[in-house]
Formats: sequence, structure tokens, C-alpha cells
Amino acid sequence: MITVDNLSKNFTLHILNEKKIEACRGISFNVPQGGFLGLLGPSGVGKSTVLKCLYRTYLASGGAIHYNSATYGMVDLATLPDRAVIDIRDREMGYVSQFLKVIPRVSAIDVIMEPILARNGVTRDVARKRTIGLLERLRIPSHLFDAYPATFSGGEQQRINIARAVSWKPRLLLLDEPTASLDKYSVGVVLEILKELREEGATMIGIFHDTGLLESVTDSVYHVC
Amino acid sequence: MEPLIRIRNLSKRFGDGCIRCLESTGPQHDTNLCSCCGSVMACNNVSFDLFHNEALGVVGESGSGKSTLVRLLHFEWEASGGCVELHQSAWPCNLPGIFTGGSDYSCNLLGLSHFQKRQLRNALMGIVYQNPHIGLRMHVSSGGNIAERLLGAGWRHIGRMRHRSSELLEKTEIPVARMDEPPCNFSGGMQQRVQIAKALSNNPLILFLDEVTTGLDLSVQARALDLIRNLRSEFNLSMLVVSHDLGVINLLCQRTMVMKSGHVVESGLTDQILQDPQHRYTQLLVASQL
Amino acid sequence: MLMYEWLQKDDELRADKAQTAGYPFGFMDDGAKKEIRRSILKAVAIPGYQAPYGSREMPIARGWGTGGIQITLSIVKPDDILKVIDQGCDGSVNAVNIKKFVAMVAGVTITTDTTAATIIQTRHRIPEERMTDQQILVLQVPYPEALREVEPSEIETRRMHAEADYSRMWLYLYEDIVNYGEITISYRYPVTVNGRYITDPSPIPRWDVPKLHMSETLFLFGAGREKRIYAIPPHTTVAPLEFEDHKFRTENFSGKACTRCGATDTYLDEVIDNAGVGRSYFCSDSGYCDKRRKTWNR
Repeated sequence: MITVDNLSKNFTLHILNEKKIEACRGISFNVPQGGFLGLLGPSGVGKSTVLKCLYRTYLASGGAIHYNSATYGMVDLATLPDRAVIDIRDREMGYVSQFLKVIPRVSAIDVIMEPILARNGVTRDVARKRTIGLLERLRIPSHLFDAYPATFSGGEQQRINIARAVSWKPRLLLLDEPTASLDKYSVGVVLEILKELREEGATMIGIFHDTGLLESVTDSVYHVC
Repeated sequence: MEPLIRIRNLSKRFGDGCIRCLESTGPQHDTNLCSCCGSVMACNNVSFDLFHNEALGVVGESGSGKSTLVRLLHFEWEASGGCVELHQSAWPCNLPGIFTGGSDYSCNLLGLSHFQKRQLRNALMGIVYQNPHIGLRMHVSSGGNIAERLLGAGWRHIGRMRHRSSELLEKTEIPVARMDEPPCNFSGGMQQRVQIAKALSNNPLILFLDEVTTGLDLSVQARALDLIRNLRSEFNLSMLVVSHDLGVINLLCQRTMVMKSGHVVESGLTDQILQDPQHRYTQLLVASQL
Repeated sequence: MLMYEWLQKDDELRADKAQTAGYPFGFMDDGAKKEIRRSILKAVAIPGYQAPYGSREMPIARGWGTGGIQITLSIVKPDDILKVIDQGCDGSVNAVNIKKFVAMVAGVTITTDTTAATIIQTRHRIPEERMTDQQILVLQVPYPEALREVEPSEIETRRMHAEADYSRMWLYLYEDIVNYGEITISYRYPVTVNGRYITDPSPIPRWDVPKLHMSETLFLFGAGREKRIYAIPPHTTVAPLEFEDHKFRTENFSGKACTRCGATDTYLDEVIDNAGVGRSYFCSDSGYCDKRRKTWNR
């Protein structure tokens, strides 16, 4: 489904006198459809960089990212035009960051419902039911459903973040330390949700700070160095 | 997917111009003023595409040319050069067609007569300015401000126009009971919302937002941005959002262009521009964000 | 004695008097007449469009009908029969002065009978009796620009006319309805001529506006001070600006009749008596009123 071929990423900081920073290089791996790849490596070695290159938040400096898109067929994400990337992000590719990007004045339930309504084409009722189901599983108290996530605790925010990313059932899910700020029970719930998503055919690539957790959840592991 | 509107090499020069204008202005010289003849190259060879139902951000500082760009595309100012083409599917059915041969795109819209441009503008575009005094007639009732666009499009039934005005005022969260009051009685935030209602009155395809939240109180700004986000999905609009506030661009737009001294220095996905800026100026901008 | 009898007795109306004084026929020289005729032709060719022209000095001050006079003098022939009215009346000082002047420099016959005239020059009224295709009505215009109410700049109003950008005018009417429940314009009611230009029909009352639509007669409008001529040719559509749910309506005289002749279907002037209490009504069109009295008295 997705094959990374000799990916490298450099930053050139013009404002710091053209300082060059190498974030990662020589990254090559392959993830089959339905697979779950874990990225391992010490802090700062470039794991997040790889995920961001896949999601196109970073522009790859070299190499290719071959992705079998349902919309466009086999494409190279590193060189794909912007519009196509937006399309793929909208329809197929999801991203769970470490922290929730807070949109002011949108309630928790709306944050999660919006992508379902926009992408899955279901009715408001169906979307609402699915959202409430997720929120209940993630143990978000019901009195917080219509509150604004900006005031939630870190753990609550992250649970909303994960719910938002999985609610619309993406084909490819990129996870950057999704469980870092969660307690043991929540982690368990999240892993269950991810497992269900995989059973429906989703492919995943994830970074977990807990090596044991990573190895228990993923099919294969790639060491970034 | 084909773009809704294609802009190629759009330029605007204030002044007589000379052969040195192009080479002595631009981001590398940090100015858009020609040192030789004193002309200002406000927009210099700007090219981009705008697609259906997308919000494109334009970031830049004062003097970057972003507001000029909006005025050119809104047919308020005459361009000095360039080509603007509209996709066939967007052409209003009540206007005589200007498509030649088998092309999917119109001829250069910049070459149309003032009359044709105005008709096209009334049918396709809406604009919201930073200063509501530019976009509204302050002493005409709010309903009247909205009705003016309808009247320009040929509506001649007072009852229906008032109905449409109330619909739009409701959508922009303005009490319908104040429809007959002039905007000079309203607060700044409310005036902006009347502008938004007016811009939407004729169901435009393209909405231009020129620094619409600059100068508003924070809570008012949030409300206006909320409104704009919701309206975009509801009305299926394409938007060109001009702002110097990266936060606003980040909230509203999926793609962004960065302008400096009349040139587009970088363009791409909004999160990429903010997290992995390539151009020197973009990096400076992002680093300066609060 | 009735007006027309008094006029016919006036022996100052002698064309030869003017010619001995050295003026050409019709007071203006050939060059002036040619230019004005050309502007008239242009105006007729573009109904409702204000054609500019070089407005000549007249022996009457600006604001007293010099535009109308210049048109009349440009088109008059020695065998024309001229009627001049002011607010419908043949006997007002202004109307009489103009009539005598034209008779003096062109030798035309004067009349107060609408049906007998070939040229009628008028200020602010159209005669009650329907005019034919053998007659021309020349209207005196103080302000030719219909859009002046909404736009003070001449450059801008010219652009608005050129681009048919009339939404500001329509907005003005909309605001009237919102503020007062109806359009409050009484005279100078804006009309759309030939489906293209918004035109000011001069300060005629609403009552007279329908007479412009699809008429047999040529209407010429002259503004001397503003230096514009415009025209509504015969069989031209003239539509007052109105909304589908707020239609144009004329003045309502139901229940009132002219004290002099008993007419109930004419435009009436309201006269208040010296005590400031009693109201009586008289036909504004004095010539028509006189005619009716003649038959009524019989």
C-alpha cells in the first residue's frame, strides 16, 4: 500500500545564515495493506519527520513515497500537487498528532462530527450516534460534549484528538505518539479502537514512546537512525 | 479536477514604468518601488489557480500586494497585464457566453468591457473589506445594502428581496428586527457581518475576504471566523482570504500563498507553509508569529 | 374675454418688426440651428439619452425656458401654429413672453387650442387632449439628470448611464418604500425609456407620465442651462420605475371636479381661498378648460 524509498529531509534555515539541519535520511520501508508499522528510534532521530513527510506537512528533500491511492492510483506523495494531497487527506489519509489543534468555539462533539459529515456523507443523526459512542468509550464525561476542548485537560484533549482522527475511518492512519499523555485505561481503549479500525482494513504507521506497547500492537518495526 | 479560475502573470503597476522596473523590484530588493522611475510594481507576475469550494489564503505584510491582488480580481482596478480565465461550468447562464472553440476556459476576463466585468462581478463574486465603510453604504438600511446587489441583478419584488435579506441576516446572526436600521448604528463586528450578508446575497461562487477580522475585538473576530467557516461549507464557496494574521489563515485555509513586494514567494499547503517554510521570507514570517 | 381672443388682438405680433431689426429667421443663425438640429436627431436616434449641445444666449435668463426655446426656434417653420403653456396655463407671464417672442422672430400664428397647434412648448405639464403624429411637444427641463438625486458627480452619472448601472437609483426607491411605505417622488418621476436609459421626464406630475408611453407624438426635452437635449420618439416604451408589489400610481382626484368646467378626468390645481380654509379645484390645462366651458355654457 505504501512504500517509502530512500526518503531524506533537510532544513535550510535562511534566517540563521543558511544553517542546514539534516532531519533524516535513507529511510526505506514498505507497509502492506492492512498492516501496522511501528517507527522506533531515540528521541530527535527523525521519526516525527518521517510521518510529517508522509502527510506532506514537510516537503521531502529527496527520495520517493509510493502510495496506492483509492482516488488516484499509484502516486508519489513527495511530488504530488497540492490539490491532490488535499484530496487524499480529505478522503483517505488521517493524522493523529501529539496535541489537539484547538479550533476556537467548536464544541467537542462538533470537532468529531465535522469530518464524519464532510467525508462519509451520512446523516447528522448517524454521525452524532457514532460520535457519542466514541466519546463514551473514551470516557469523556457527557457534560463536556458541548464544551470547548480548549479548557480540557491534556489527556482529555488527546482523546478528542484521536476520536477526531478515527471517527471517519481513514484508509491510512499516521499516529505520532498518540498515547503519550494518556493513562493506562485510556491507552487500552485507544488500542482497541485502532484494532477495530484495522479489522475494517485500515493501514497504520505509528510512533509510540513505549517500546513494549509498540511491539505488542504493530506487525513490523522499522528502526529510524 | 480543473481549477475554477486560472490567474497567470497578473501585474499591476502604478506609474509610467520603465525597462528597469522588473529587475529593480521584488523580494530580493525588499521593495516594490522602482528606483529608476519611481513606479510601484504592486503586483508582479502573480500566477495561481483557485479551485471550487476551497479557501486559499494570501499572507503578506503591508505593501506586499495582497490587497491589490483582490482589487484586480474583483475588477475594481485595471490590471497592467496578465490573464484571468474562468472555467466554463462557472459561467452564469443568464449572461451571453464568451467561450470560443472547444476550450473549457473563457477568454481573458481582463479584456472585457466595464459593463461585462460588472455583470460578471455581480453574478459571481462577493467581497468583504477590512473597513466596512468601503463595503457598505452607512446611511442606507442594512436590508437596503443587501438589496442593492439584488437590485443590480434585476430583482424587482420588494417582498422577496426583504425575505432574502432576512434570511441572510439570520445566517450572519444579526437580529432581523434591525433590518431597516442603517449600519452606522451598529458595532464594528455587526457591520462586518452585514458586509458578509451583502457579499452572499447573490449567491456568489467566489468570496474575497480582505483582512476582514483585522481590528476587531478577539471575541468578535472569533464569531466572524466561525461564521465564515460555516458559510463556506453551506454555500459551497471558493474563498480568497487575505490576511497578515497567520492564525486566521491557519484556521480558514487549506492552501496558502505568501507574498512579498508584489511577488508570490511561496505557495503550498497551509500546514506545510507554517511548519516547513522554504523561502527566507516565509521563515521570517513564521518565526515572528506570536 | 378669453385668452386667445386677447392674444389675437395684440398687434405687436408682427414678424416684420423683427426682420427690420436685423435678426435672421428664428432669431438664431443657421449654424446654431444646424447644430441644435443635429443634437435633436441624435437624441431621437437614442431615446432617453441626454445629447449635449452648445446652448446659445437667449433674450431670457437661464432657468426660464431657454432650452425649450432653442429647440422650438430650431424646428419652427413660418406656417407652424404655436401654443406655449406654463404649468398648463396659456396666460402666465412666462408663456406669454415666449409666445410673443417666437411669433415675432418666426412669424408663426399663436393659438391656445391644443388640437390646432403644430408645435406646443410647455413647462411642467403635458396637455390633456391627446396629441397626434402631426404635432411636436417641446418640454422645458430644469434638471435633465434623473440620477442626480443619488449621485452628485457628472462623470459618475455619465458612467452609470453608459453602463446601465442603475442599482443606486433602484436602491433609492427601495429605501423610500422601507421608510415611508411608498415611493415619495411626485414630479420628475424617473422612467425607463425604450428599455435602456433611465430618464427624467421633466417636472411633469405623475398624472402625465403615462402619456409618454407609446404615443403618436414626438417629445423633445431641452435643458438650456444644463446644455442637454433628449427625446422620446413616437411608439417608444416608457415605463415608470416600479416594483412588482409596489406599482406606479398617479394622483387621485376622485370626488373632485373643476369648478369652472366640471371636468372630473383632468389634472386639477388646488386653490385655497383668502381665508385659508376653502378649497376649490381648477383644471391645470387652461386651454382645455376654456374649451369645455364653451361647450358647457351652450
